[in-house]
Amino acid sequence: MTEEILIAGFGGQGVLSMGKIMAYSGVMQDMEVSWMPSYGPEMRGGTANVIVIISSERISSPIIKHFDTAIILNQQSMDKFESSVKPGGILIYDGNGITRHPERKDITIYRVDATEEASKMNNPKIFNTIVLGGFLKVKPIIKMENVIKGLKKSLPERYHNLIPINEKAIQRGTEIIKKVS
Amino acid sequence: MKKELRLMKGNEAVAEAAIRAGVDGYFGYPITPQTEIIEYLMEANPAETTGMIVLQAESEIAAINMVYGGAACGKKVMTSSSSPGISLKQEGITYIAGAELPCLIVNVVRGGPGLGTIQPAQSDYFQATKGGGHGDYHLIVLAPASVQEMADFVDLSFELAFKYRNPVMMLSDGAIGQMMEKVYLSPQKERSKTIYDWATTGKPATRERNIITSLDLDPNGQELFNLKLIAKYNLIRENEVRYEEFQIEDAEYLLVAYGTSARVCQKSVQLAREEGIKLGLLRPITLFPFPSKRINELANRVKGMLSVEMSAGQMVEDVLLSVNGKVPVFHFGRMGGIVTTPEEVVECLKSKFIGG
Repeated sequence: MTEEILIAGFGGQGVLSMGKIMAYSGVMQDMEVSWMPSYGPEMRGGTANVIVIISSERISSPIIKHFDTAIILNQQSMDKFESSVKPGGILIYDGNGITRHPERKDITIYRVDATEEASKMNNPKIFNTIVLGGFLKVKPIIKMENVIKGLKKSLPERYHNLIPINEKAIQRGTEIIKKVS
Repeated sequence: MKKELRLMKGNEAVAEAAIRAGVDGYFGYPITPQTEIIEYLMEANPAETTGMIVLQAESEIAAINMVYGGAACGKKVMTSSSSPGISLKQEGITYIAGAELPCLIVNVVRGGPGLGTIQPAQSDYFQATKGGGHGDYHLIVLAPASVQEMADFVDLSFELAFKYRNPVMMLSDGAIGQMMEKVYLSPQKERSKTIYDWATTGKPATRERNIITSLDLDPNGQELFNLKLIAKYNLIRENEVRYEEFQIEDAEYLLVAYGTSARVCQKSVQLAREEGIKLGLLRPITLFPFPSKRINELANRVKGMLSVEMSAGQMVEDVLLSVNGKVPVFHFGRMGGIVTTPEEVVECLKSKFIGG
């Protein structure tokens, strides 16, 4: 099993930390993982992305151009990465701020309105774990218990009081994600 | 003792491995994409645990000269930087090589020339393997291709540096520095208490003082020293070549790639084989000494080689020398901070060799 994932959005949305939780969760499940962030001009210009690979085998290239799943969280990333999903792959997006919705017919498209849901839950910071919940619903490659362990590992100890709210957010994400086409 | 499993960036792995290897001193100056090394060390504050000194110098030049001083005392000392900062260090590096001192220099390469870009590149190969500073000298150059190797090669670097009293460079790049992977960390080593008979510390009454210098105004003396260095480099060439091979048993074509490019090329091998092309990969782990003998042997078995590096074509010159005209050799690679894709490598291979 190899899952090649791209997460792309604005800096500050928790793109890199969502990837980190995924990678840690993979480690907790005894998988091979790689986490390759953008650290260049994109990041300094406000957009951020990360490639996460989770595999039962040794990972070759940590940098790839085509993905099993793309999680897209702003319009710039939609324009740049919609075409990077492998045929038959999955695109997950948050509709907030999206002016041109994905158009591909050869992939499965899901929508998770996490910005809206996070604001309903009075905590914009759990946006990324809601999205993560959505991803895990459509790609249950990691057991939930390992995701919680991964969450604990990737959060510094001083933030461990935030684990229950993030667990709730993951749960909510699994409930609100819906298939678009 | 059981090794500890962590998920870490390559840069963080270097820093943690340095503490665990019992390094005495780190002297650095921040530059993207390797700043996590000094950040991690500052936060870990090993002065309170192992006694390791971590110091942010006022410049790269100051940092390398602190390394020079520490190494002259027989201490395990290191510095790290990225391409433009490594250029600044070259004067210090050639003096250290000329004084035959052990140390570790980590270069997390970014695109150049000049300030270039902060993105990954492999365009410092010539500088690392052919000297870099002035005068006839070589560093021992190790090329990690994973976060695990970023950790493991710290200890290996010091082992080689002290064995040959020669500076060692770990030639990494922005991708390996920035990415996170699983890493198994070695247990904490104690800092060495050895006093070396060549060092400028611990002089007993029974011997003369040691003088550490790279200056000899007598040409005959200097030539003798040059000959001594050549003999040492030949010994290193004899004993320390390291490489890894992937699917070369039945290979008709061979990729030669190190570091991040070697990871990309593993995927290229897989893609090519799905298309029925018998492709293999040789990954040099030591860039100096270069695995010339092995590449020359493989040239008897394959129809051609492609050197894949994120540069305008540097290592390809060593591949050409190794192959010595037996089969065609080409270069492929992206520049400017762009990482080559596995598909591009296969496309290039086909266009050069298979008429695709």
